[in-house]
Amino acid sequence: MSEQQTFFSNLKCRECGRLYPKEAIHICEFDFGPLEAAYDYDLIAKHINRDVIASRPQTMWRYRELLPIDGSPTVGAQVGFTPLVRADRLAKHLGVDELYIKNDTVNYPTLSFKDRVVSVALSRACELGFKIVACASTGNLANSVAANAAAAGLTSYVLIPANLEKSKIVGSLVYGTQVIGIEGAYDQVNRLCSEIAGKYGWGFVNVNLRPYYAEGSKSMGFEIAEQLGWKLPRHTVIPMASGSLLTKIHKAYKEFIKVGILEEQPFSVHGAQASGCSPIAEAKKKNSDIVKPVSKPDTIVKSLAIGTPADGYYAIRSMNETGGSADDCTDEEVIQGIRELAEYAGIFAETAGGVTVACARKLIESGKIPRNESIVLCITGHGLKTQEAIHGHCGEPRVINPSLREFEALIANDAAVLQTQN
Amino acid sequence: MPIQVRIPAPLRKLTNEQELVPATGANIGEVLTNLNTAYPGLFERICDESGNVRRFVNIFVNDEDIRFLEEKATPLKEGDEISIVPAIAGG
Ligand SMILES: Cc1ncc(COP(=O)(O)O)c(C=O)c1O
Ligand SMILES: [Zn+2]
Repeated sequence: MSEQQTFFSNLKCRECGRLYPKEAIHICEFDFGPLEAAYDYDLIAKHINRDVIASRPQTMWRYRELLPIDGSPTVGAQVGFTPLVRADRLAKHLGVDELYIKNDTVNYPTLSFKDRVVSVALSRACELGFKIVACASTGNLANSVAANAAAAGLTSYVLIPANLEKSKIVGSLVYGTQVIGIEGAYDQVNRLCSEIAGKYGWGFVNVNLRPYYAEGSKSMGFEIAEQLGWKLPRHTVIPMASGSLLTKIHKAYKEFIKVGILEEQPFSVHGAQASGCSPIAEAKKKNSDIVKPVSKPDTIVKSLAIGTPADGYYAIRSMNETGGSADDCTDEEVIQGIRELAEYAGIFAETAGGVTVACARKLIESGKIPRNESIVLCITGHGLKTQEAIHGHCGEPRVINPSLREFEALIANDAAVLQTQN
Repeated sequence: MPIQVRIPAPLRKLTNEQELVPATGANIGEVLTNLNTAYPGLFERICDESGNVRRFVNIFVNDEDIRFLEEKATPLKEGDEISIVPAIAGG
């Protein structure tokens, strides 16, 4: 696929527009603005349309012209195309007409949307010749780097806050990656990684490979549009840590319009955070674009606990441009959100999913999302990874002896059984 | 012991590839101005036209973000270590 090279032309500074070569660099030397992949959209428009895309395998790589690698993907070729589920029972519960779940809890191979970003980052890392890859992570990214690097035969180092959920730590260790726990919050891990990346020349997926990494999130937006029957949801609710996923879903929607796959149509992107670490939502609610960092994040939602969000400014811009809003929710509301999604849609999400459901409820109740317009909730990680968070909050099994009499006594008052018998 | 400033990789072209450079000044603003004398062009990379630290630059004094201290007026003493760190994507 040598022509791929020409679809993705350069890296470009988001602030000043200066062009850079497609290397392992991530910021502009002149203003520290983030570098972003730049494409030749006219050329892309000539090469892809709905039919071409629909004829391809059901993975995120069916949109490969809009992803920043030169050749065919070598890492994570099977990632993506997770279900978009119409959730009528949850819709009724929340009092809205048309609700869908974009279910990345079943993304391949590590059960979160991070497999999308890692597939792009590591495919590009191979093209650039890296043998050692690494990341700073709040958990999910580490799992994904570890698994995908193992499959590709790359050596990997993942740096995480030492106090992450057990399942997220085991979910990295098992792949034989080098897990380094840092005594500190994610932002301190991040800072250390930025210093290591400058020194060791490794491929850090969210540092020097960030322009490639970040674009992977667009595939979630492309899939939503295709799975809805080639149209956009009027509202998309997205959890925010650094704010990258939200800005990239916004970019994906705009790109589909730009290359003629979708007609121009109104849509809004909304952001969700946990109250214990909500710098982006706070700024947005104050109608400011100055994101005040949170020095000590304090929430059960560790996957979103980034106090200094690199893309906060752009996330706010995306929400403003599309008439979107942001909200935040308490840990209790997160747990309730996880339970509602499980009980009304049969989907067990991690804490970030609880945040998305709880904030969507608030945006609906405050009228920012009208009840009669279509809504997609981006559910980005699996609940088995954050079981600690809901331990003791969803009851205990009732234990009896293997005796029919004990069983009958036990269910004598169960409402569900009484109903079916009448 | 003078104040030490840790220079991020993208700016090392300006510091002859030095990673750690000594500096003087009573606060962050002064250090940035003085650094610019030794390494011309450094100031405008870190601060915008109105002299404010750019949106995507994080500056730390002994591991504390200056936005939690007194921003550019954050006072410094001998032996302090300053780090200039670009923002990083999520995880
Ligand atoms: C499950 C989950 N959802 C959402 C996010 C948000 O990602 P971003 O940093 O792109 O805002 C993360 C980030 O770590 C995550 O782990
Ligand atoms: Zn620039």
